[in-house]
Amino acid sequence: MCTNPKCVRGSDLQKIANQTRLKIIEMSHAAKSAHLGSCLSCVDILVSLYHHVLNIDPSRYRAAERDIFILSKGHAAMGLYAVLAKRGFFSEEFLNTYNIDGGLLSEHPPARGVPGVEAATGSLGHGLSLACGQALALKMKDKKNRVFCLISDGEVNEGAIWEAAMFASANRLSNLVVFLDWNKWQATQRSDDVLNTTSHKDKWLSFGWDVECIDGHDFEEILHSVKNPSGRPKMIIADTMKGRGVSFMEDDNNWHYRIPTSEEVSAAKLELAG
Amino acid sequence: MRNSFAKKITELSSVDDQIVLLAGDIGNRLFDNFKNQNPKKFFNCGVAEQNMIGVSAGLAQQGFLPFVYTIAPFCTSRCFEQIRIDVCYHNVPVTIVAVGAGLSYANLGPTHHSFEDIAILRTLPNMRILCPADPDEVDACLELAVAEPKPTYIRLGKKGEPRIHERSIDRDELVSTIRLRKGKEICLISTGTLLKETLECSKILSQYGYDASVCSVPQVKPFPSKIIEEIFTEYQTIAVFEEHSIIGGFSAAVAEFIIDNQLNTSKLLRFGINDEFHIKSGSQSYARQALGLRSQTFANRILKVISGSEHENTCSNFGSNQTAIST
Repeated sequence: MCTNPKCVRGSDLQKIANQTRLKIIEMSHAAKSAHLGSCLSCVDILVSLYHHVLNIDPSRYRAAERDIFILSKGHAAMGLYAVLAKRGFFSEEFLNTYNIDGGLLSEHPPARGVPGVEAATGSLGHGLSLACGQALALKMKDKKNRVFCLISDGEVNEGAIWEAAMFASANRLSNLVVFLDWNKWQATQRSDDVLNTTSHKDKWLSFGWDVECIDGHDFEEILHSVKNPSGRPKMIIADTMKGRGVSFMEDDNNWHYRIPTSEEVSAAKLELAG
Repeated sequence: MRNSFAKKITELSSVDDQIVLLAGDIGNRLFDNFKNQNPKKFFNCGVAEQNMIGVSAGLAQQGFLPFVYTIAPFCTSRCFEQIRIDVCYHNVPVTIVAVGAGLSYANLGPTHHSFEDIAILRTLPNMRILCPADPDEVDACLELAVAEPKPTYIRLGKKGEPRIHERSIDRDELVSTIRLRKGKEICLISTGTLLKETLECSKILSQYGYDASVCSVPQVKPFPSKIIEEIFTEYQTIAVFEEHSIIGGFSAAVAEFIIDNQLNTSKLLRFGINDEFHIKSGSQSYARQALGLRSQTFANRILKVISGSEHENTCSNFGSNQTAIST
């Protein structure tokens, strides 16, 4: 059971996820900012982590005992910002400064200035090594905090991911939990057609990780997957859909770069309110 | 210098329990004492330098003081983006200790040479660059890295370098200059591994009646503005020496500084490695000879310039380094 008094029951997470999706779509429209599809595929994971799993206190966001979450797929920054606002790290009004001239909320998470953002990411393949370093440090200090990281299925093209995969396994980073947002698309093509990434499970198993495959949009499965300590780093391969939650965006890779019109925002609103 | 590093980091780790050491599968036996003293604070990260830098940044985010050690090109150009983003953008106190400055590993071929590390790292905000010239300067660099933690690059030679100063160096001396010889009119400034050749050069000049000052300037960045300004005010001819490409290194930083600050009333001569790969086999001594990094070559060019037989007003960036900026 979750020990966080503010954690949200699984049944209520769907409502928060719908509100978060709508907020992201509005941000994308207002700021003319891309990567909408990539944000929508991982919303349910982000919402589950921030509203149920992570031991965090927004009013003490630098507390030593906090769990760490690193968004290695930094292009889903709108998703992270929306979730952080909803969870109370900063105000919903602050989201209106997303991507404005002179603001703090840039299109990829910055190194400083935004409460709750643990690492600057955006160049793919960096976040997992940072997460390994933090997990190793916490183990050395004999702390119970866990480190969570979210990578994308395009991101595993990067060699640094596999350097980190070996390191985490060799150092038995049992306090490290990684989600792979397997939405099956990268920027321009199906992930499988770019660099043959079909066998995610076999790859991570062979690198010595504890691997679990889940439906990345099923809250019960997400919440269950983060338990199960095995003494090894954990890879959760989350089967997701790019653009999830809005019928005309789902599995359509045009939404990697497309910006929704005001009519499309209204249509999305109707669907997500239902 | 690498033995001095291993000894000093072991010594420092006994008083600072935040120090951790990461190596990229090199240094066999080198760190035995460190490992015996700190069995849980040494990590062989394998031949995976990108991850090693990222991991060190993560450790630093949690309050540790990581020292990362491997051969120069592999902990600089190989993983430049990790240094740029994970270390410098996050501004975390990771110290990268590179072995094999310049031509130190000449025998191993161009894959293992490192002529461009100062140039590329100098472009990174928050980065401190230290190029020690001898074991005593190595000790001071490590003391500075621990006492004033921030992103740091320490550029070592290899092993067996002689002590030049023959006294301990205070870490405050690193950030200005260490004068080894007081002369007049000519000032020879060296950063890193060419200090001995620079001293030899001053002796040759003295045989011709020229009395040159010799300074070691270990800290390339932050740029030692005050001392360089003083030197350009005091001397008519200044020569800068480094075992690095003539493009982008310390002498280039000096040239930028004097132009930007209108100090270009003195002659500046820059000595480094020309814009080419050194592809011939052989020792560091041979390579230095072949590339003109010898005291006699230095002295010949300086004598030519100060005796007025050569009037150059072009920068020596491309082609020959036998030219000077004369203004």
